[in-house]
Amino acid sequence: MTPLFERISITGGHLLDPATGLDGKLDLHIADGVIAAIGAPPDGFDADRTIDAGGPFVIPGIVDLSARLREPGHEYKATIVSETTAAAHGGITTVLVPPDTDPVIDTPAVAELIRRRAKQSAHARVLTVGGLTRDLAGEQLTEMAALQAGGCVAVSNAWKPLANTLVARRALEYAATFDLAVFLHPEDHALRDVGCVHEGRVSTRLGLPGIPEAAETAAIARDLALAQHADARIHFRGISTGAAVEMIRQARSKGLKVTADTAIHQLHLTEMDVDGFDARCHVVPPLRTQADRDALRKGLADGTIDAVCSDHQPHEPDAKLAPFPSTAPGISGLETLLPLALRLTQEGVMDLPAVIRCLTSGPASVVDLPFGRIAAGNSADICIFASGQPWRFDAARMTSWGHNTPFDGWEFDTRVTCTLFEGRVVFHREGVA
Amino acid sequence: MPFASLQLDDQGNLRHFLTIEGLGRDLLTRILDTAESFAGVTDRSVKKVPLLRGRVIANLFFETSTRTRTTFELAAKRLSADVLNLNISTSATAKGETLLDTLRNLEAMHVDMFVVRHADSGAAHFIAAHADPGVSVVNAGDGGHAHPTQAMLDVFTIRRAKGELTPLKVAIVGDILHSRVARSQIAALNTLGVSEVRVVAPRTLLPKDARSLGVHVFSDLEAGIRDVDVVIMLRLQRERMRGALLPSEHEYFQLYGLTDERLEAAKPDAIVMHPGPINRGVEMDSLVADGPRSVILQQVSHGIAIRMAVMSMAMQASGGENP
Repeated sequence: MTPLFERISITGGHLLDPATGLDGKLDLHIADGVIAAIGAPPDGFDADRTIDAGGPFVIPGIVDLSARLREPGHEYKATIVSETTAAAHGGITTVLVPPDTDPVIDTPAVAELIRRRAKQSAHARVLTVGGLTRDLAGEQLTEMAALQAGGCVAVSNAWKPLANTLVARRALEYAATFDLAVFLHPEDHALRDVGCVHEGRVSTRLGLPGIPEAAETAAIARDLALAQHADARIHFRGISTGAAVEMIRQARSKGLKVTADTAIHQLHLTEMDVDGFDARCHVVPPLRTQADRDALRKGLADGTIDAVCSDHQPHEPDAKLAPFPSTAPGISGLETLLPLALRLTQEGVMDLPAVIRCLTSGPASVVDLPFGRIAAGNSADICIFASGQPWRFDAARMTSWGHNTPFDGWEFDTRVTCTLFEGRVVFHREGVA
Repeated sequence: MPFASLQLDDQGNLRHFLTIEGLGRDLLTRILDTAESFAGVTDRSVKKVPLLRGRVIANLFFETSTRTRTTFELAAKRLSADVLNLNISTSATAKGETLLDTLRNLEAMHVDMFVVRHADSGAAHFIAAHADPGVSVVNAGDGGHAHPTQAMLDVFTIRRAKGELTPLKVAIVGDILHSRVARSQIAALNTLGVSEVRVVAPRTLLPKDARSLGVHVFSDLEAGIRDVDVVIMLRLQRERMRGALLPSEHEYFQLYGLTDERLEAAKPDAIVMHPGPINRGVEMDSLVADGPRSVILQQVSHGIAIRMAVMSMAMQASGGENP
């Protein structure tokens, strides 16, 4: 009988964790699901299994602040099992799921359901973001203390609007009572209207209804004012504009408790990618201009943006088989998060430790999670990736049930070879030692 | 997929007609010249040519239309094709059938060409990208994107009235933001090398960065039409008042309605156009609509010749055989 936990040694790898300062050829020893030792094994440590990393990098398991697993409610798109398996393929060991499931996560019961399903799958840690208002209808507050006790690590209204600024104020104040971070999707719904792409040159030429930059910046200005008033912790989820980066930079310099993330596709694609009505590039918020993309990259490099996330939204094929405005927005992004993020080092945006930070301790700090750090006694969540062996990403061979990605056919230099979650190997690429 | 590669076959012939964008001056001129040859057919007592005998053309209209659908139908019949008229807004989609299902079902009935009108920008492009290789798609208007046959019939009307296109100045007046007609007209006029294209509208009816379309932007009607050879008035949809884009039809007519007095600013021989149907007293005065400079009814009859030209060219490229 195999023991509950194997004792594992990862040898010959380059251990890299900017949060703890690890950077060098060091072995890693794992027992009872936690990191037992770094470097030399503990006295009497007898590994059941040795993973010869053989040169590649060994980093903390990735923490993803937003991934929709589609369960409960949209199991025709994906399930917790299918998507946590995909997360393991992507080196991701912790995912936060937004509350817009069906039913929505506005009671501890739904959070508990998700937690149990995830525990059965055991491929990745699934943490819930609770609803900010009941049924996400924007009017009545949820029982946030109960949600927090039920495991929710933050609260959010996802993409649903709040009825008015008074509800927004009260929601921020109430969440602040429990020091719960509030995830805000900065979007003025009235300004977005029926828009489906960035309002700019491409929307003008293609006659597609546009979403102005002001839909994001107007919401950010309002929310920053409310957060300052309420002395609340807010996190802007998925910013898309350079103007937003600048506003957040200024707010932080004034001492506001504000953090932000952006979706990885915003760092690589622009409105031009929508040209030809490519529905795979239909995302919310929309892909914006090259100047916005560059400002987001700069904001990430200088620490204004704390984290990069997959913003994973798997869809069934039919969801993208319609004229552009009628398609469902979103990209299936778990499996491309790491290779796309590491591409930023090749493009000279950031160095390797800075990229790793934005994928691990950066997002973990947003909600005070003890994950995303390699230290003795921490949960043994580990991602091992190889570099220097170019490979072509093939959407048809994705692990996620959603094959909706504009990155099909992209060539990457880095690739996940092994993922450990709570001390267990949850993914090991065949043909790799 | 880029438009040009989807619309043209290996030899550069028209396979689908989805947008003016990506089509060269030579091809647009070929469409105009072909239409010129068909314009004669329309004047004969037997108004048919056997070019598309045995072919089946389906008019797929997801938005209601009388004029455009009728001229497409007449054009197809004059080419001796069999025509199916499908008013989809009231049938399939109401039953939950997807656009792709509708398309597959019609393909199973061996339709050779789809003429498509749809409320979504990119709908014709989507259908062309998913249609069987032997099937042609003609865009009869997709959302705010394109209405290329309308633009070609407008250019055809201008060429017939004015001769040479290159020295001309053209002003397009009205709801540029929502207008697929304006986008296609601007692309066609610029590709064919007219001297100047202007748009005239209040700020609420202009797209962001309108100048990137290759136009001069005016908000004052008289300044905008000063010394132009052609004034194109766009239709104003009544729902624009509800979306807080305009205060009233009254103020719109006060500022942007074309009257005989205002038309004085244009060249003395300037022509007035409108894609129809006209809201009299909103976009223009009846005196202008019915006046000597109006070529609005010629636009309608030219629509048949242009659509005959586009249909026959696209079918010959995709069908391979030249009946």
